[in-house]
Amino acid sequence: MTTTSAPPSSPPQRREPAAQKRKGRFGDRLFAGASTGSGILILLVLAGVAVFLISRSIPALTADTADLPNEEGLGAYIGPLIFGTLLAAVIALVVATPLAVGIALYITHYAPRRLAALMGYVMDLLAAIPSVVYGFWGIATLAPALVPFYGWLERNLGFIPLFSGPASVTGRTMLTVGLVLAVMILPIISAISREVFSQAPALHREAALALGATRWEMIRMSVLPYGKSGVIGGAMLGLGRALGETLAVAIVLSASGVVTFDLISSTNPSTIAANIALQFPESSGLNVNVLIASGLALFVITLAVNMLARWVVNRRADFSGAN
Amino acid sequence: MAKRIDVSDLDIYYSSFLAVQGVNVSIEPRSITALIGPSGCGKSTFLRSLNRMHEVIPGARVEGKVVIDGQDLYGAEVDPVDVRRQIGMVFQRPNPFPTMSIYDNVIAGVRLNSTRMKKSDMDDLVERSLKGANLWAEVKDRLNRPGSGLSGGQQQRLCIARAIAVEPEVLLMDEPCSALDPISTLAIEDLMTELKERFTIVIVTHNMQQAARVSTATGFFNLSGVGQPGRLVEFNPTEKIFSNPEEKATEDYISGRFG
Ligand SMILES: Nc1ncnc2c1ncn2[C@@H]1O[C@H](COP(=O)(O)OP(=O)(O)OP(=O)(O)O)[C@@H](O)[C@H]1O
Ligand SMILES: [Mg+2]
Repeated sequence: MTTTSAPPSSPPQRREPAAQKRKGRFGDRLFAGASTGSGILILLVLAGVAVFLISRSIPALTADTADLPNEEGLGAYIGPLIFGTLLAAVIALVVATPLAVGIALYITHYAPRRLAALMGYVMDLLAAIPSVVYGFWGIATLAPALVPFYGWLERNLGFIPLFSGPASVTGRTMLTVGLVLAVMILPIISAISREVFSQAPALHREAALALGATRWEMIRMSVLPYGKSGVIGGAMLGLGRALGETLAVAIVLSASGVVTFDLISSTNPSTIAANIALQFPESSGLNVNVLIASGLALFVITLAVNMLARWVVNRRADFSGAN
Repeated sequence: MAKRIDVSDLDIYYSSFLAVQGVNVSIEPRSITALIGPSGCGKSTFLRSLNRMHEVIPGARVEGKVVIDGQDLYGAEVDPVDVRRQIGMVFQRPNPFPTMSIYDNVIAGVRLNSTRMKKSDMDDLVERSLKGANLWAEVKDRLNRPGSGLSGGQQQRLCIARAIAVEPEVLLMDEPCSALDPISTLAIEDLMTELKERFTIVIVTHNMQQAARVSTATGFFNLSGVGQPGRLVEFNPTEKIFSNPEEKATEDYISGRFG
């Protein structure tokens, strides 16, 4: 240090480190304050939503069965909606996740660089299409196109309860909705998978290759394990979107409030979000409370799904490679 | 079975950057060859060209010939995957698979190479390989814990265990001991001396004593200037390099009068 040789002549220099330290601490405090503030804000918003949903649901929860719109009780009304919501979202997830992982792997590890960039761009564009467009595509193009396929399913795989039929003649079935939702959540899942796959450390990829792994073996040994929690996170984001999707479902699905695993018939359970959107304009009084109670159910489901995802991701945190 | 490596007129590129130029060398089977030289002169680059790990880097390529026991390593019909199954590698930075347990790390290569293996055989192999890498005593009670939970030196020994578990014909080691304490280093050196009865070993090291202690032949890489390609300046029996080197540059480097 040069300052030690001439302390009396350079008091400003001597003060500098201390001042810097204080400034650093101030910056730290500012940042800590700002991030704590945003954290609290999010919790407040969430709590506000929850309070709203609960307080407006109470009339429906405590009402007489006879006063309810269907006159059979709240459970009988919301139950099929919950069922429909979960069914549509699960179909979407089951179809979209493997596809998204495949696309992400192709883009990050197989495609020539130019093509990879182009495909990434196209996938991002898919995410930018508004859901009403997906809805119209579903009802105008996809549904009619699937009608012959549903007929074939009923004839050949009708022994499986999922395809017992009678096959819808319009194609506006649960399966169509699930497929539309799958296309909608595909970009989310594949974008996140792409991101994590491309970040798999070269160190570990080389470790696998040096052992004589083929490209696919290398992916299995180092890329997939590294990206697993990211893929699960992406799938959960996609699931969240599928659970809450309103317009596309409302447009495509021909719903009738039943509970059935038959995916290809014209009688289908509706979903919570679509049902709210369709019923809300014509509702008043207690009916509004019932709809809000169904919204509360959706809120709880989404929360539960996210917590489940977190638990899945953390279960093997030791082996995640993050340490 | 150990193999002989013949390199002739080898140029190694990263895209348009010529990193190593004009290497001619013959590496004897059942020997330890040490590569020494200043940082950035292309030792790692050369080493990686011996098992085709070089071409994993986008844009990287080689010109010239590498012949292993009469077979052209870069021949059109040669699959780099097969090459790497026979020529193992230990990297400069330890790289155990973080998502695998210690046990699974050791047999990762074997799982790729072979068909089914009995559990008891696998257990034996894991124990033998870990003992070979002088790691067994430290990890035998936690074989199912992740490999990434080990210290840096332990991780490197795990990588060595993983590499020797597949019984490669040639073992390439890029500064394998740079993260190790003297005791583990000696253990690795003993291991190398033992392994050379069966394998051909090429090791990059910055540690002159290590090169002098373990190797039969030594190659000195050097740069003629910044931005110039690295060259193999001298390749001779280790005794000769350390007592009576042919090149002035070699003598300067070894005696610390470099630069
Ligand atoms: N992936 C890469 N892309 C481009 N250039 C590279 C790459 N890796 C190494 N190089 C360059 O090639 C030259 C040789 O590098 P190399 O890693 O082989 O040196 P080294 O002798 O192993 O050095 P050290 O002793 O520090 O490990 C250096 O100029 C380096 O910058
Ligand atoms: Mg190096």
